[in-house]
Amino acid sequence: MTNTYVDKSYAYAVARLRHAELKLLDGAFMEQLISAKTTEDAVRILKDRGWGSEDSDDLDEMFRQETEKLWNYVDEIVPDLNVFNVFRLQNDFNNLKAALKASVMDTDYPGIYAENGTLPAEMIRNAVSTRSYKTLPVSMSEIAEKAHEVFLRTGDGQLCDIMVDKACLEAIREAGLETGDSFIGEYAELKTAASDIKIAIRACLTGKDRDFLNMALAESGILSVGGLTSAALSGEDAIGAFLASTDFAGAVQELKKSPAAFERWCDNLITDRMESMHYEAFGPGPIAAYIIARENEIKSVRIILAGKQNGFPAEMLRERVRDTYV
Amino acid sequence: MELGLFLAVLGAGLAAGFAGAGSAIGVGIAGRSAAGVVTQEPSMFSKVLILQLLPGTQGIYGLLIGFIVLSQVGILGGEIPSLSKGLIYFAACMPMAIGGFLSGISQGQCSSSAIGLVAKRPDQFGKAMIFPAMVETYAILALLISILSIFGIPASI
Repeated sequence: MTNTYVDKSYAYAVARLRHAELKLLDGAFMEQLISAKTTEDAVRILKDRGWGSEDSDDLDEMFRQETEKLWNYVDEIVPDLNVFNVFRLQNDFNNLKAALKASVMDTDYPGIYAENGTLPAEMIRNAVSTRSYKTLPVSMSEIAEKAHEVFLRTGDGQLCDIMVDKACLEAIREAGLETGDSFIGEYAELKTAASDIKIAIRACLTGKDRDFLNMALAESGILSVGGLTSAALSGEDAIGAFLASTDFAGAVQELKKSPAAFERWCDNLITDRMESMHYEAFGPGPIAAYIIARENEIKSVRIILAGKQNGFPAEMLRERVRDTYV
Repeated sequence: MELGLFLAVLGAGLAAGFAGAGSAIGVGIAGRSAAGVVTQEPSMFSKVLILQLLPGTQGIYGLLIGFIVLSQVGILGGEIPSLSKGLIYFAACMPMAIGGFLSGISQGQCSSSAIGLVAKRPDQFGKAMIFPAMVETYAILALLISILSIFGIPASI
């Protein structure tokens, strides 16, 4: 939207958000959930807080409803939802992967498509099944065509996923930088870099070669892809040494623990960078911070409830729950 | 042509116009924030309305200066000024025009932040009022210099 009357200051949206932030779950609430005796008790506490709906007890449905509530709310308060594409593109590319697999294997599972992307899942599915890639945006059409061709030729689903994932990271980074907002740009850079690190670690552990890394690692402004590739080829310790001189120095310890610990560290790093958004009265930054905060709390609640269902001790859950924004 | 009168009226117009424009922008920005808060919580209306109105004072100060000038230069009263007196009237109006315009916008932005503060912590309304009120100081200083200058113009020029 290039309408000059569009409110570029986001004053209305940010003020609305300040009130909505009061309803975000804080650390004490997470603790209360962890301490709940049973999953049912925890769900009851969440419902009292307005989560899910009264008529459904299904947990997946509850998480789906919360994500939908978040996006409906953001759509309601901002003039142009496309500014927040960094958070939505992942769903598009996941749908693309699902559609490619469904098309090549000639089966279709309607439930595998994610909502809240920038494009309707149906559109991606149709474009892939009829091979009319032109209907997709450029960032997606080229890779869709290429991945489809590679998948058909090699039958290698993993290779196809890697190609699409890289295109996804590139699209996220581009969308982040395009907004011109420093916080959203930083988020996109951190997300790309964190995904690259995860890929490099996995590639290193499974002994992948340089060609694989070149194909999988996306360009990032805060991490040299060349440096990461060389480190990944030399071994896990080299990755640690390489990261020690970057923004991810603190993550080296976490990487040694587990991939889950690293992911938590990355989420917490972003939450930490979000702190300054508490004091911003204008711009899309505070809205982006709210989206991340809501997505993180949904993630944390999912971890707690899954842990409770499987009888994990409270201490284990505490280690996995993300820091809260409020 | 009475160039002195023209300059005096131009000064009065700029003081009222620019200070008014500053206020309009300021009240507009704060108004968007206020609307946002009231959408979420209608009971906050009276609190955010006061914060929204704070940047509105510059417009009133500008009007005051404009009115005083007009009442001295033969439009609403007084005598038509000489060229040099007209120039002095023009110069006297400038602090209000510039100070009012910029402080109005700045106060509006500050009010927006204060409205965000009240949205999150309604019990801190008193403190939230103080921040935008600080900006008011500089609009008042501009008003003061404009008034002192206008009333201090020697009759003999």
